[in-house]
Amino acid sequence: MMRLLRVIRAQLRASLALALQYRLEFLVEGLLALLWMAVTLVPLLVVFGARGTVAGWSFAEMLVVLGWFVALKGVLEGTLSPSLMQVVEHVRKGTLDFVLLKPADAQLLVSLSKIEPWRVIDFAGAAVIFTYAFRQIGHAPSAADLLLSAALLLAAVLVLYSIAILVVSIAFVAVRVDNLLYLFQSVFDVARWPSSVFRGALAMIFTYVLPLALMTTYPALALLGKLNARTALGALLGAFVFAGLARLIWLSSIRRYTSASS
Amino acid sequence: MMAALKAYPQMLKTGFAEAVAYRAEFLIWMFATNMPLVMLAIWAAAARSGPIAGYSQTGFTAYYLCALLVRLMTGAWVVWELTMDIRQGTFALQLLRPINPLWQRSADNLAAIPMRGIVALPVVGILLWLARGELSHDPLQWLLLCPALMGAWLLYFLVQASIGTLALRFESASSLFDAWLGFSNILSGYLIPLDLFPRAVRDIALFLPFRFQLSYPIELMLGRWSRGEALELLAAQWAYVALFFMITRFAWRSGLRHYAAYGG
Repeated sequence: MMRLLRVIRAQLRASLALALQYRLEFLVEGLLALLWMAVTLVPLLVVFGARGTVAGWSFAEMLVVLGWFVALKGVLEGTLSPSLMQVVEHVRKGTLDFVLLKPADAQLLVSLSKIEPWRVIDFAGAAVIFTYAFRQIGHAPSAADLLLSAALLLAAVLVLYSIAILVVSIAFVAVRVDNLLYLFQSVFDVARWPSSVFRGALAMIFTYVLPLALMTTYPALALLGKLNARTALGALLGAFVFAGLARLIWLSSIRRYTSASS
Repeated sequence: MMAALKAYPQMLKTGFAEAVAYRAEFLIWMFATNMPLVMLAIWAAAARSGPIAGYSQTGFTAYYLCALLVRLMTGAWVVWELTMDIRQGTFALQLLRPINPLWQRSADNLAAIPMRGIVALPVVGILLWLARGELSHDPLQWLLLCPALMGAWLLYFLVQASIGTLALRFESASSLFDAWLGFSNILSGYLIPLDLFPRAVRDIALFLPFRFQLSYPIELMLGRWSRGEALELLAAQWAYVALFFMITRFAWRSGLRHYAAYGG
């Protein structure tokens, strides 16, 4: 376990040092992150300029969902996607062999291999959005709600990570689909709305098949003190099962991996 | 110029063959264009209790499906290729050819349109099925849609080409395009129909080039303008095309003078 943590720390430090070499990029990308956050906010402002509530959600409540969305998008585009894109690159060039040779778990090694530290801006933005939203609502979330939503956030990151791992596992079988991760990133855009915006088949898909509801809607509901214990427990349990499944599929696809070069 | 025009049919053929060869990747890129549908979801939910600023649920469906169609049919990606080629040094090889590499790029982007059409066809079907009543009844406006889409594509391509050319001077040209994209998403009507903005924002948006990339063809399909107004807007769109053509030309010439190839 200690070794695991040491590996993670070394990974983080290496990819951080790499990213910090490009200081101008840091500034430019930070500004861009701010711009895109504004772009995300504008539609919400316009929609609520016309309506007081949408699908049972008030503006402030919707902002909480958006806050989680911005934060998770930061996680996805700042760490998971860039790291896992590299796996696809490794597979194509045949350099994955070098990663597999290292005396540590390959999934761990590839998962944090590239980080874009400027996406920290997204977390700051999410914090500002939360603060504003709860000022509008008029009371801060209780400690229990905070704890619950933190647990659900963990589940959300776990599911996000598992989906990314699943997508990359597909890359072992069919190298040509390396854009799948990009596709998932764009599907993730749906998570900016609470799941009750959708009806019928779509609502089912986004809750159970592609659990986007779990990623932003549930943590938001928890923060607002509106999530019942059973749903929360189900979500947590579901997340762990999903992560286990993703791990199994990763292991089996890496076992089937035949190097490109040799 | 003459040499380029003579070689253009062949370049189109090559581009088409490439699009067919990479069809799986191509399809994935197309499916990733889902933003109009994401926006449709929230507006459809908001319009459940009644129309907003003249848009009913069907109205929003028509608008966003048209937006999806225009976006699918006017795709360009020259900025990514240019910045990549310039950074990796392969750009120098392209310069050795007797024809300006931008011609080849435009042929590549243009030749993908038949493939894009295949993806767009089901969207047309859904549009006709769900929101036929919202569409324009004027055949002339549908006729105008051809030059309007062409203009929209040219505008998109030229903006990308001029920003991509800036990579000859600056390293962060693709970030600049990212910023352009951010503004464009708001001001072109991609995320929100321009009618729904506050008056001041709308007036600015109507004046800027962004709307001619997307909103104008959508407005034609929805029959928002009289014939006279539609023609005037077409002229304005092509004026912007001409402007960006000059900008691209200028950026290209001055960029090349500045360029010292990387690598070998």
